[in-house]
Amino acid sequence: MSETELLLWVRGPALQIATIIFLLGVVVRIAEILMLGRKKDLAEARGSAVAGGLRTIISRSIPDRATLQRSLFNEVAGYIFHIGFFVTLLFFAPHILLFQDILGVSWPSLPTPLVDAVTVVTIIALLAVLVHRLLHKVMRFLSRFQDYLVWLVTILPLVTGYLAFHRVGIATPTMLITVHVLSVELLMVIFPFTKLMHAFTLFMARYYNGAIAGYKGVNS
Amino acid sequence: MSASLDRGLNAFKEQIDAPVAAFFSSCVRCGLCASACLFYTETGNAAYTPIHKLEPLRRVWQQEYTFWGRYAKAFGLSKPVTDEELTDWETLVYDSCTLCGRCSMVCPVGNDIAYMIRKMREGMAAAGHAPEGLIGATKRAITIGSPMGVKLPALQAQIRHAEKETGLSIPVDVEGAEYMLLLSSMEIMNFPEFISAVAKIFKQADVTWTISSEAFEATNSGIQIGVSEIAAELVERVVAAAEKLKVKSVISPECGHAYMAIRWEGPNLIGRPYSFKVVHILELLDELREQGRLKITGKETQRLTYHDPCQISRRGGVVQQPRNLMDMVAENFVEMPETGTMNWCCGAGGGVSSNERADDLRLKVFNRKRKQLDAITPDAIVSACSNCRIHLEEGLEEYGMEIPVLSLTETIAEHLAEDKS
Repeated sequence: MSETELLLWVRGPALQIATIIFLLGVVVRIAEILMLGRKKDLAEARGSAVAGGLRTIISRSIPDRATLQRSLFNEVAGYIFHIGFFVTLLFFAPHILLFQDILGVSWPSLPTPLVDAVTVVTIIALLAVLVHRLLHKVMRFLSRFQDYLVWLVTILPLVTGYLAFHRVGIATPTMLITVHVLSVELLMVIFPFTKLMHAFTLFMARYYNGAIAGYKGVNS
Repeated sequence: MSASLDRGLNAFKEQIDAPVAAFFSSCVRCGLCASACLFYTETGNAAYTPIHKLEPLRRVWQQEYTFWGRYAKAFGLSKPVTDEELTDWETLVYDSCTLCGRCSMVCPVGNDIAYMIRKMREGMAAAGHAPEGLIGATKRAITIGSPMGVKLPALQAQIRHAEKETGLSIPVDVEGAEYMLLLSSMEIMNFPEFISAVAKIFKQADVTWTISSEAFEATNSGIQIGVSEIAAELVERVVAAAEKLKVKSVISPECGHAYMAIRWEGPNLIGRPYSFKVVHILELLDELREQGRLKITGKETQRLTYHDPCQISRRGGVVQQPRNLMDMVAENFVEMPETGTMNWCCGAGGGVSSNERADDLRLKVFNRKRKQLDAITPDAIVSACSNCRIHLEEGLEEYGMEIPVLSLTETIAEHLAEDKS
């Protein structure tokens, strides 16, 4: 198999398989949560569960001031790598072309040098997050193999994308792009089986938290 | 597998619902919950990280309710939860968690960790891993009617005392009264002034009320230990008394978890809605204030602060009412840093105060409250939970601080304008 054939396979059938595993996996995981159900609350409500749930989905994106101060590094690095990851994924011109190919919709891109800079910042933030996880008493204590694996598959697309874009001479441009696409596929495939699922389930968790509190008249 | 472990794991399985699954699915192990927990901040012990206290429950969820986990279990790839582990976790679940729910306010993915600890205790108790102190309190609650072993004659003595002191008659078993007042054993034994205070306030505000001789105990150790059947039986006693006396509302007294038990968990424990309302004493007092039925003279001039009992404010929703009442009786009301729904727990809620094994720990973590108080140096602390009050007094003594701790209801009663009639 030539390098070009490999790239075609990676961008074709491999991407399809990864997408199917990703979508199916996410749907199954969400379904198995919802299927567990929840008992109706028989206590007389003081406030609205739905309003509380929706409120917390938004409000939990912003930490309270004291928590921000206590966990400043966690909060700042967390914001940077999340926003950076999505900016790179969604606003890099070649990515938008790919989405247009697959989904048929497109949106304006950000200037390439800006996305490039964001990628570097995101990679640095992720490296810092890893060091923090290794050094911070609580995080090191809580961390399992999966936490490091997830870190690796999250940073790989950023690093390989950066190398491919700059055509760094460690391999042919074709090979670089092949590795980049493969790293994305790896991320997609392990996504439903790991804590990466939080990207979807956090909306459910926040909703439930806010609904439980809102029913009692508390803004959580 | 032993029968008790089996019972415990089954209880875990029964407790896991969609919110629990969503919470465990979302945890990224960021550790922010540790910074919200006084047991971690005051000891620096990473094992006190709130989400870690749930690890056995999380594994049961993963092995029983996730696609991948079920296969891993079938192929023997996952580690089953053992009895030894539950023994290790007993102190984490009961001694180092007051169910205060501060972590649930801070978790960035929105996990309600306290909701899960409450559920986990059901499995721990079923597996025979509840602390001695709580088992004793729960047994007394069922057989004697009070976790502290307070019997009717003790209450009757306090009522006679209150009647002599106030010159008012304290209604007992009066059918058709609007309100039925519950009391906590701690109020009856340590703070009987509460009964006089309520009598005086209700006289002025013209509230018809009664105490039931059959169900006067408000506390519910069944929810602290995590045995829903017992918790339900204790709730049923109150429901039966309220229905017998045909009252419109039941008043939950100055006790945090009693309010959680009777107001929020009660109907769910017995499986049906009430035919009466449940109000917290502070809710009722604030309502009376709004209706102009409380006449106050001579505000407190001391620098007063208000300590929110977790189950009344953060977990119960009575947040603004005590502040309205404080403004009514105090000229100089100052808030602690991080107050209201973000207040720090005193360290003794959720059954921790009934668990002698946790005595040293709860005094150690009181240091968090000390720091909060040091920031504003109040002349006195007002609160609305006798369990908080006792622990605040003990903690203040431990740290050599001389700050009196007052009840909000009693403070209001002291400032009532003399009735001219």
